[in-house]
Amino acid sequence: MSAITLDEHEEHDEHHGHARVNGVMHQFEDIDQQNECYAVGMWSFLVTEIMMFGALFMAYTLYRWRYADSFLAAHQYVHIWPGAINTTLLLASSFTMVLAVHYTQLKKTKLVLMNLGATMFFATAFLVVKIGWEYIPKFQEHLFPGPNFVWDKPEGSKNVAQIFFSFYFTMTGLHGLHVLIGILIIGFLALQHKKKHPAVHDDYMLTEMVALYWHFVDLVWVFIFALFYLW
Amino acid sequence: MDHSTTTAHAEGQQHPVAIYLYIWILLFVVSTFSYLVDYFHLHGSLRWTLILLFMVVKAGFIVAIFMHMRWERLALKLAILVPPLCLLILVGLMAIEGHYTFATRLASFVH
Repeated sequence: MSAITLDEHEEHDEHHGHARVNGVMHQFEDIDQQNECYAVGMWSFLVTEIMMFGALFMAYTLYRWRYADSFLAAHQYVHIWPGAINTTLLLASSFTMVLAVHYTQLKKTKLVLMNLGATMFFATAFLVVKIGWEYIPKFQEHLFPGPNFVWDKPEGSKNVAQIFFSFYFTMTGLHGLHVLIGILIIGFLALQHKKKHPAVHDDYMLTEMVALYWHFVDLVWVFIFALFYLW
Repeated sequence: MDHSTTTAHAEGQQHPVAIYLYIWILLFVVSTFSYLVDYFHLHGSLRWTLILLFMVVKAGFIVAIFMHMRWERLALKLAILVPPLCLLILVGLMAIEGHYTFATRLASFVH
């Protein structure tokens, strides 16, 4: 196989018309088709995420149904206030993210950067509350499932309480990982906006796709908050 | 796809900030209702019905407005929403079936 240099590759692209024409890549007929392709691809990915979280939510619901008393006893250790504050933080971040998309469409880079920065701030605050106010106290109270798990409540079974906290740490941990990945992606996106990279400056769809991911993260939290903190 | 949708796509789906603000405030209002369910110590089926109802309403607002699902064409809406809904029904049926099988085994082999 002959090696193709970058310059040759660019020439190859130009020769075959691979470059964007009015923002439309060569394989698409028009901007509508291109944008819809973005949306379908991203939503397909999000559906796989829904399947992953959905399986966990379903398993949690079935166990909660089967061991209602023990799950209720374990649930007393999950405090509503940090969950409520985190709900507020994620709702705020969703709003700033949707504004970032809006201002990307209007090509107001400064406002885009402000809103992306605010989104990252709220997301980081979410993780601080989650780890500082929820995880660390639970580790100190020996509520992490395993050989050091301590259950001194008269009601509920120790083994079932461990199942509850397995679900709690798995699902909130997996969600927290998504928040962390979101912060990194939004940070990278902000950097590209700052550089006025054509891929994000001339086309709002990449920002829109990141926003879809971020709203999905918020969506998962809405379910976690209802099923773990309130129910 | 009608002409207005085509134009909207070409320029990017642009919606007034007011609609996002309005939905955002609504999300906080619904969240407050969720906290109130806990604050007033509601119990039993009323508690979980209200909590699940508010959860679905919040999720609906986020998907429809913030994720722009409301403005997508019907084919995409159906392609995204119907398969998970079918799976949800399937899982529900399997749960009922599993519960029935478990109860049958208890009745036949334990007692």
